[in-house]
Amino acid sequence: MRIGTLKLSYAADEALFDTKVQWICLALLGLSLILFPFVAGPYWIYMACLVAINVASATGLNILTGYTGLVSLGQAAFMGVGAYTVAVLETRVGTPFIINLLAAGGMTAAVGVVFGIPSLRVKGLYLAIATIAASMILHFVFSHWDLTGGTRGLSMPPASLFGLALDQPHKLYWLIIPVTALMVLGAANLFRTRIGRAFIAIRDRDISAEVLGIPLLQTKLTSFALSSFYAGVAGGMWAYFFRVVTPESFPLINSIFYLAAIIVGGMGTILGGILGATFMTLVPEVLKLVVGWLTPWVPDALSLLAPIRTIVFGALIVGFLIFEPQGLAEIWQRIRRFFHLWPFRT
Amino acid sequence: MSDGLKRSSRETASPILKVDALSLSFGGLRALSGVSFEVREGSITALIGPNGAGKTSMFNAISGFYRPNTGRIIFDGEDISRERPPSRAKRGLARTFQNIALFRGMTVLDNIKLGRHAHLKTNVLDALFYRGRAHREEMELRAEVEERIIDFLEIQHIRHASVGALPYGLQKRVELARALAMRPRILMLDEPVAGMNREETEDMARFILDVKEEWGITILMVEHDMGMVMDISDHVVVLNFGQVIAQGRPAEVQNDPAVISAYLGSGDLAERIRKTEAA
Amino acid sequence: MDWLYIFEVSLAGLGAGALYALTGVAFVLIYKATRVVNLAIGEILMLGGYVFFGLVAGAGLSVWAAIPLTILAGAGLGAVVERALIRPMLGESPISVFMVTIGLGSILAGLVELGWGADPLRLPEFIPNTPIFLGEAYVAPKVAYGALVAALLIAGALAALRFSRGGVALRATARDQGAAYSMGIDVGRVFSLSWMAACATAAGAGVIVGAIGGISPTMGIFGLSVLVVVIVGGLDSVAGALVGGLLIGLVEALAGSFLGGEYKLLATFSLLILILMIRPYGIFGTHEIERL
Repeated sequence: MRIGTLKLSYAADEALFDTKVQWICLALLGLSLILFPFVAGPYWIYMACLVAINVASATGLNILTGYTGLVSLGQAAFMGVGAYTVAVLETRVGTPFIINLLAAGGMTAAVGVVFGIPSLRVKGLYLAIATIAASMILHFVFSHWDLTGGTRGLSMPPASLFGLALDQPHKLYWLIIPVTALMVLGAANLFRTRIGRAFIAIRDRDISAEVLGIPLLQTKLTSFALSSFYAGVAGGMWAYFFRVVTPESFPLINSIFYLAAIIVGGMGTILGGILGATFMTLVPEVLKLVVGWLTPWVPDALSLLAPIRTIVFGALIVGFLIFEPQGLAEIWQRIRRFFHLWPFRT
Repeated sequence: MSDGLKRSSRETASPILKVDALSLSFGGLRALSGVSFEVREGSITALIGPNGAGKTSMFNAISGFYRPNTGRIIFDGEDISRERPPSRAKRGLARTFQNIALFRGMTVLDNIKLGRHAHLKTNVLDALFYRGRAHREEMELRAEVEERIIDFLEIQHIRHASVGALPYGLQKRVELARALAMRPRILMLDEPVAGMNREETEDMARFILDVKEEWGITILMVEHDMGMVMDISDHVVVLNFGQVIAQGRPAEVQNDPAVISAYLGSGDLAERIRKTEAA
Repeated sequence: MDWLYIFEVSLAGLGAGALYALTGVAFVLIYKATRVVNLAIGEILMLGGYVFFGLVAGAGLSVWAAIPLTILAGAGLGAVVERALIRPMLGESPISVFMVTIGLGSILAGLVELGWGADPLRLPEFIPNTPIFLGEAYVAPKVAYGALVAALLIAGALAALRFSRGGVALRATARDQGAAYSMGIDVGRVFSLSWMAACATAAGAGVIVGAIGGISPTMGIFGLSVLVVVIVGGLDSVAGALVGGLLIGLVEALAGSFLGGEYKLLATFSLLILILMIRPYGIFGTHEIERL
């Protein structure tokens, strides 16, 4: 049963988390994220970092595609820009990692704005294809530029904090999780202000939005810049995590992965980006486990893993779009609504 | 006496909006040719005419969605013909749409707040952290929207509802609320009571009069409901085939032979069609 | 400068372009009738190649029996996909439907890999291999015959679209769905037919493409070039698919021979961005008018 929702000020009514129960849940989540590295094994810490990086990037894509309605198939390539920026700064300049991550975000935002310029004239699917073109061009630059190390790519030293090398997932965890949490919080805040409202207005009816005082090009480019900033920072964290950046690290299929993640999670909701990226990152791992169990009975089960992953990936996209177009976030809302009236209505 | 005084002061008031010899064509089709009229500050001006006369085209040209071929639009003494729609909106040209243009992905409250966009200063950095200016501006806006607009239009009960699920009449009211949030100097209403029943029409007419009297906002509206037009407007402009065929006070326009023939002409046609079909 | 070489490269490019044009026509057929951007077209083409391989190498059928069967299988796949995946998405946003076809592509690619393995395979030789010369220029016989067959199929498709009852129904549906429906055209059937015809065409194209370059589960990448073709030409224009196909084939061949293989995609995608900036709806595409 949901009670205690009387609000006495506008600020309380507009808060991100407006009930005590929500605050308690949030505190529990925070606590478990802090305790997690002390109880989990290295594999699960590794997975947690990977999930967090994908959540950061998917949240960025959600700003652009879910909220502003501009479909992009360039998110992975934009992550590449961020990863290379970090790798170059780390190997050639040696600036501290916080600066490098911010620079990665800034650099990628600039690139994103350049590739966002066609969005004023080019709409819908044509724009989606134009972003594929953008990622092809970026991929070409990565593999042909001396600065990015050509096809061999770049290897880089670990991030360091006060002389301590963050070279293991359980150390990087303390960098990646807080940064991602901040980014998600920032995105949620965005949609409490004029900026976020303008994005949604453009998604819903761009031409009337213009007559209501929203400059289209400027707002669309802002959305591109923000989304690419998120991709850049995510890519930067990716670089610190794997420490080898090559042109093959960010193929088109990864961009499709992020788009799939926000579809499965729920477009245009912050929760959707989080749930979708988590789910889509974990599914292949679960498949790996299942195939591992099957090995005693099916001799060449491991060789079947790759195609099965491909099939499941496709089936998840198709299945969610047909049967649950609002994604996991909607399922979550349904569960919440059920408990609002529980136990009086069951 | 006070009535007479008001009227005379109104007639000497300067025009807030002046449309000067405006022409607009799509391909070979002339939607407007040489249209000129004025909207006086503090008045309710109605733009009427048979279907296809160019009323909505006129609105779109004023708000900047269409680029006129020739002619000027002068707002508050300044030529705004070359300005983009957002800067016109910022000057105080607010409007509603014939086919309701609310943003279905937002609540009623967010739709109304959106109207203030051009006047807010929160930038991306403020927004991400929701500190300082962002928080302050949002709270001020919320208080103003609640106390001035939502209370005024009596839509408290739906503030958190999503607009898609609202009945038509309420959607029209939310659109009016959003336009009021734009800090309008002139409010352009495109068929504010179309499709409404008598009671809803009367409510809307009352809101429009209150906006004029209490808020001091000039109103320009396109409307087919002649009863309402004649009741509440101070000045009526009649368009037919993209040209102004008459303008003046409601009573003058009503008796203008050109207007009668424009409306009766189409009525005659309808009569004739009915007869042929019956035969 | 070696003009003969340029001429030969251009001919090869146009030959490859004919196949792009053929697949592009399949793509446009679906788009015109159902407004669906079918990103799985490359995978359907690939599946055509594999079905043909399975029928000839696995079931031991003769090549000339296998070709019509492959095309039939393509039509069947089209009918199933339209009914099971596309019809339920009617009225959803174009982006969602577009993502459904991406998912479908992924499923098909996975299935093919599951069934035939990840290694590239060669189709049995069935195209005559006597060298062909146009004047002095040499044209690879496979490319020449492939282009010839593609041209014939395109001509057939155009004639059907122009004169057959189904073609007229399809064009009417493309112009105005509601009006077509109220004139007694079974719009659902038109959807179904357009998917069947398009997938059959793609499967047929797959046999030719596979005969020229072999088949592999990554063959779906062909679809990416086709996508460029139809975007450059305009999504709803058959003429656009033809011109775009030849243009992209030519650009790819020239960039590949004179700059290097890795420049192919760069060249075509740069061309794509350039054309979109000048004509946002492609060379022959219809510009949709926006209303307030």
